[in-house]
Amino acid sequence: MTDLQAEPGHLRQAPESFLSPALVNGIQQSGVTPSRRKLLQGALATATAAMLGSNGTKAADDPDVVKVPEWSRSLGKPVLTHPYGQPSRYESNIIRRQSPGLTQTDQASVSFTPLQNLFGMITPSGLHFERHHQGWVDIDPRRHRLMINGLVEKPLIFTMEDLMRMPSVSRIHFLECGANTALEWGNVAVPTVQYTHGMLSASEFTGVPVSLLLERAGIDLKRAKFLLAEGADGSSMTRTINLENALDDAIVAYGQNGEMLRPENGYPLRLVVPGVQGVSWVKWLRRLEVGDQPWATKDEASHYVDLMPDGSHRQYSSIQEAKSVITSPSGGQKLLKQGYYCISGLAWSGRGSVSRVEVSVDGGRNWRPARLEGPVLPKALTRFNFDWNWQGDNALLQSRVTDSTGYLQPSRTALIAVRGTRSIYHNNAIQTWRVGQDGEVHNVQLG
Amino acid sequence: MSNWVNGLLAAAILIPPHAGAAGLPAGVDEIGRVASSAEVRAWDIDVRPDFAGLPPGSGDVWAGEEIWLEKCASCHGDFGDSNEVFAPIVLGNVTEDDIAAGNVASLKDPAAVRTTLMKVATLSTLWDYIYRAMPWNAPKSLTPDEVYALLAYILNLGYVVDDDFVLSDDTIHAAQARMPNRNGMRDDHGLWSVDGEPDVVSQGCQTDCIVNSKVSSSLPAYAMNAHGNLAEQSRAWGPYPGLWTAPEAAGGAPELVAAEIPTDAEQTDSPTQILNAAGCMGCHQMAGQLVGPGFDAVRERYAGDEHVAYLKTKITQGGAGVWGSIPMPGVPLQSDDLDRIVAWMTASKVP
Repeated sequence: MTDLQAEPGHLRQAPESFLSPALVNGIQQSGVTPSRRKLLQGALATATAAMLGSNGTKAADDPDVVKVPEWSRSLGKPVLTHPYGQPSRYESNIIRRQSPGLTQTDQASVSFTPLQNLFGMITPSGLHFERHHQGWVDIDPRRHRLMINGLVEKPLIFTMEDLMRMPSVSRIHFLECGANTALEWGNVAVPTVQYTHGMLSASEFTGVPVSLLLERAGIDLKRAKFLLAEGADGSSMTRTINLENALDDAIVAYGQNGEMLRPENGYPLRLVVPGVQGVSWVKWLRRLEVGDQPWATKDEASHYVDLMPDGSHRQYSSIQEAKSVITSPSGGQKLLKQGYYCISGLAWSGRGSVSRVEVSVDGGRNWRPARLEGPVLPKALTRFNFDWNWQGDNALLQSRVTDSTGYLQPSRTALIAVRGTRSIYHNNAIQTWRVGQDGEVHNVQLG
Repeated sequence: MSNWVNGLLAAAILIPPHAGAAGLPAGVDEIGRVASSAEVRAWDIDVRPDFAGLPPGSGDVWAGEEIWLEKCASCHGDFGDSNEVFAPIVLGNVTEDDIAAGNVASLKDPAAVRTTLMKVATLSTLWDYIYRAMPWNAPKSLTPDEVYALLAYILNLGYVVDDDFVLSDDTIHAAQARMPNRNGMRDDHGLWSVDGEPDVVSQGCQTDCIVNSKVSSSLPAYAMNAHGNLAEQSRAWGPYPGLWTAPEAAGGAPELVAAEIPTDAEQTDSPTQILNAAGCMGCHQMAGQLVGPGFDAVRERYAGDEHVAYLKTKITQGGAGVWGSIPMPGVPLQSDDLDRIVAWMTASKVP
């Protein structure tokens, strides 16, 4: 692939279009080296040849058009080359990634979703972010059980077969870690939206409403106030769920985007608690206990507690308040030319649906409404788009969301005025991307 | 939890369409079975802040130290203060005044290290977690007495209990009364309930807003590559290529450019996959005649380097009459793949 003519994707109109982005960036970062000069010469020759055309007189015929490409002149591959399909080899950059140094072990760690290159409102299951507390497991579904006990008429046990026979629902919801954007409380710490906002994904989940299972077990509604959800993995992760959430729209889910859950996401069974932070969506779910007091489990007493400036901790902070972010263009990317761009991003709210998204290109001085792409669903990601004609000036790109309760996403300054910078969790501040005159996009904070 | 009354009212309203015995579709109330008491005991191991669920037992500081050194110290350090693998459990800045008040004052200090014992308000949390999830690589292998002993050792390291303290289901209440941050948690905030009151309220100015748009923080140039080369972390083509942040490798850019998009050869790790991908297996199979000859026969006839050039021509240009009358179309394999396939076909010894 050193053949620059084979570099796909750019219009073949100007000589710079024959340069790979890596080469352009490399030259801008550290100048023209001998090896790069050689590449440049080759590219210019290619460009010249393309402009002259095959007879040396005609201008700007695209060789990928006039010289019919090899894939148009050969037999394609057979069915079942990949019995389980996979992305094109040209998409190999778009994978989950870790933030180096964030955690010392890979079993209690995070991999981030590459939001900068995704479209629409659904995250491909293989790119759904990972957060494990003691590694992930791949459980034999025939040996998996769900127990319901506590303040119920009779404790029950369900097999997967039982659960998959029950009345099911399918709902699209976002899943955001409470610690998403945690690295950015004090200052800019990471370069791209994958690391600033990539503990965010969205899927269609299929399963049984928790309310139905609790009804089946005969929940004691006079005394019941909380649910404990518990996983079957080594950590047997536990979280207290507000009964209000559990009865409203929580699901015991086995399906994700039309197939079974991925093991990293809780196969064969996980809890879905729409609008609530991801840690409460207990994976490998083995038990729901009905109780009248919260449990103060490790992940709601030692972690996932929000430190306030007065030294107190907010416990049971659960709801993910309204938040939005521009995903393209975003930090670590580059605009190659001036002209039209479709600024695109995501907005969501744990308290309802997205009512409005506004975009500013001047750091918050002026805001104009973005287009919301449908469907706009409660507690789901909403894709927004915004027309922008970039004339090569410095710009500060921001987005802000208003949700169906009327709540407006705060600026970073407003958020830290109340919460300080040490609460780790629930950073839903407006994100700023700075576009330089060189087209480079960088993560910045203002104020 | 001021919303509890409302929450329950809402729950009572929301529970249909599944509400009431009559609310479940016919037959659903027969799915699942009643759990036995032994089954519930085996899984219901949680311990609440009021110590409901705590099994009887006891352990002292000295027994705890022995188990600690054997099973815990490698990650947490001999004295529970290591920051190597996990956040420290003990030490940090906790005073006798904090223990008396039940509030760790140094949590107000932005620079303070935050250890587990500085944060956690409820001793049940630690007992429950150690019992269900520790040690790291062998969760649920500790007996209740071992958990009591380990917790006695941790509390002793944190000056919560004396050297001769014996922690048990009885004395745990006294230990709880000395937890340094036992009064440090609040749940009177808007993030517990979906109807909670937001704590940050913003105005929606839309034009000529007065804002401070001075950049106050950005990544320094030396940190741009701390997450790896960003050029390899965004789609390698299209309108938004990633910034090149890596230092140039020895030998220059071509290798790095080539690394952006893997070639077929890099992604294909066996001749079988190349043959499959190129459509060869529609007419050939590994052993025995199909439309064309089996690859076993091809490899037998053309073993040896002298056949390389001939086979390359035959594969790319096609032909007829060698193995039969059905012509084979030319297969435009990429050169890497062609090299690999022909090398495989001419290898003198079939692996």
